[in-house]
Amino acid sequence: MQLSMSVKKSFGSFTLSAAMSVCGDRIGIFGASGSGKSTLVSMLAGLLEPDSGEIVLNGECLYSHTKGINLRPEQRRIAMVFQQHCLFPHLSVRNNLLYGFKRCRPEHRTIDFETLADVLKLGGLLDRGVSNLSGGEKQRVALGRAILANPRLLLMDEPLSALDDALRFQIIPYLKSVSEHFGIPYLFISHSLVEMRLMTDMVLAFEKGRLLEQTTSEQLARIRMGQSPVGYINLLKLTGMTKRDGMCSYCWKGGELLLSSSNRDTVSGLFELSSKDIILFKKHPEAISARNLLKCTVAGLFESVSKIGVELKCGDGMLVAEIVPDAARELGIEKGGIVYIAIKASAFRRLAAL
Amino acid sequence: MIPLASTDYDAIRLSVQVATAATLLSLPFGFAVAYLITFVTFRGKLLLEVLVNLPLTLPPVVVGYFLLLLLGRHGWLGSLLNEAGIRLIFTLKAAIIASAVVGFPLLVRSLRIGMEGIDPHLINASRTLGACWHDTLLTVILPLSLPGLVAGSSLMFARSLGEFGATIIVAGNIPGVTQTIPLAIYEYASSPSSETMAFSLCLVSVAISLVVLFLHEMMAKKMARRN
Repeated sequence: MQLSMSVKKSFGSFTLSAAMSVCGDRIGIFGASGSGKSTLVSMLAGLLEPDSGEIVLNGECLYSHTKGINLRPEQRRIAMVFQQHCLFPHLSVRNNLLYGFKRCRPEHRTIDFETLADVLKLGGLLDRGVSNLSGGEKQRVALGRAILANPRLLLMDEPLSALDDALRFQIIPYLKSVSEHFGIPYLFISHSLVEMRLMTDMVLAFEKGRLLEQTTSEQLARIRMGQSPVGYINLLKLTGMTKRDGMCSYCWKGGELLLSSSNRDTVSGLFELSSKDIILFKKHPEAISARNLLKCTVAGLFESVSKIGVELKCGDGMLVAEIVPDAARELGIEKGGIVYIAIKASAFRRLAAL
Repeated sequence: MIPLASTDYDAIRLSVQVATAATLLSLPFGFAVAYLITFVTFRGKLLLEVLVNLPLTLPPVVVGYFLLLLLGRHGWLGSLLNEAGIRLIFTLKAAIIASAVVGFPLLVRSLRIGMEGIDPHLINASRTLGACWHDTLLTVILPLSLPGLVAGSSLMFARSLGEFGATIIVAGNIPGVTQTIPLAIYEYASSPSSETMAFSLCLVSVAISLVVLFLHEMMAKKMARRN
């Protein structure tokens, strides 16, 4: 997907001014509330007319103020998944799913109903009314409905924000299937850096109606580490849980991590670990209360505001720890050096079972 | 058994006929006006809202008088219709028009409340799924406005059954032609010997209203269950 947008839109004292050109299938639009993310995607979908500018998608001009072009939403083939699922309450799940499909030209129909129902696990829900579905089921139906419209681009406007934490990370694999399974490029809008890293490769960061950065989602997380109260979030896929001394032992990249017993129901899962919860030692400490002590190689260093991010290679895995510049000087941390890290068993937080 | 004269049966038939025709005639216009007020931004919207609601605040006799000025033989519209050989004043058509005008604000209000309750994102979702505006209107807005439409139609039908002031001015009180239940009750009530007949028609009026309200409640409940 190749998208170039150069648009302006004003509402009272707020002005969105965006000039960007992106190429890729998993693009993110990141920013806090009121940064103009939703305005931008509404203009892209044709639901809101810009004051001026131009929008070109895959070489086709969707909007041009100077040329007087403004394709209607139904002519753009850009489907949207909304924050609040927006399922039609008077239609069954099946008819919701088929709404866009029936309006799609036969030559554009590349995704069939059965495959979609299978991938999104909607088979058992088809004849139910949408008001009886759970939040996660509703969002899966909304996603399926948008996919079945066979769009050339899918816009996901904070599709996870209405869901609780547990559901949010269960839905992500389904959202990723848009590109992985069905080959539809998407634009994912969110104010969560973790969601951005799980869902996108390239991110456009907006603030107060202006495009601040265009970078990879991983790079953005590192740039923002010093500003974030939770630091950089390490995402770890832990597998093969066994119980040991009242704790849970997981396999991670050829090594072992001990987690508190509250995770005893999760055999494999996605866990988060804040960069602030990793303590660095220059030498092997004599005794320590933290249950995880790992020997690591410093793979790199980066600065973020007044913090230093230390990239650590632990076995086959990578972690990022956050320290202050003074600590980096005292420990003499440099690329290629050896350090020991300590992580408390309770510092890990489960995001989703795998 | 309620004692009823043959003219009373005519009055009942005419009342139902007038109320049904006025309601059905107003539905497309009411839907269009409610749609415009709810979803479209245009200059003069406030004026349209005021004009639509005007019959609700005016005495029905005033509405009837204006209709008489408009549709009468020398009226602005009446003279044009007269040339085309169409006469409205003192006909059933005039009674229907009078009921439609007086009940119209009730229909629009209910429809508007129904439409305002539709999440605008549903309309946006429909458009991004490939539906053009009239497709969205028929497949999203209309079905979701049904509770408002049922409520508005019931109110309008009930209001039309009771319409008196405007009807007597533009349609007169001709038994078997324009005499509806309220007009017949008025005629009976004017003569002291016909109290029983007036009371009988009052009971019929109450019975019809109860049936309409019961039907409305049942349909509203059915739709609420479905949604």
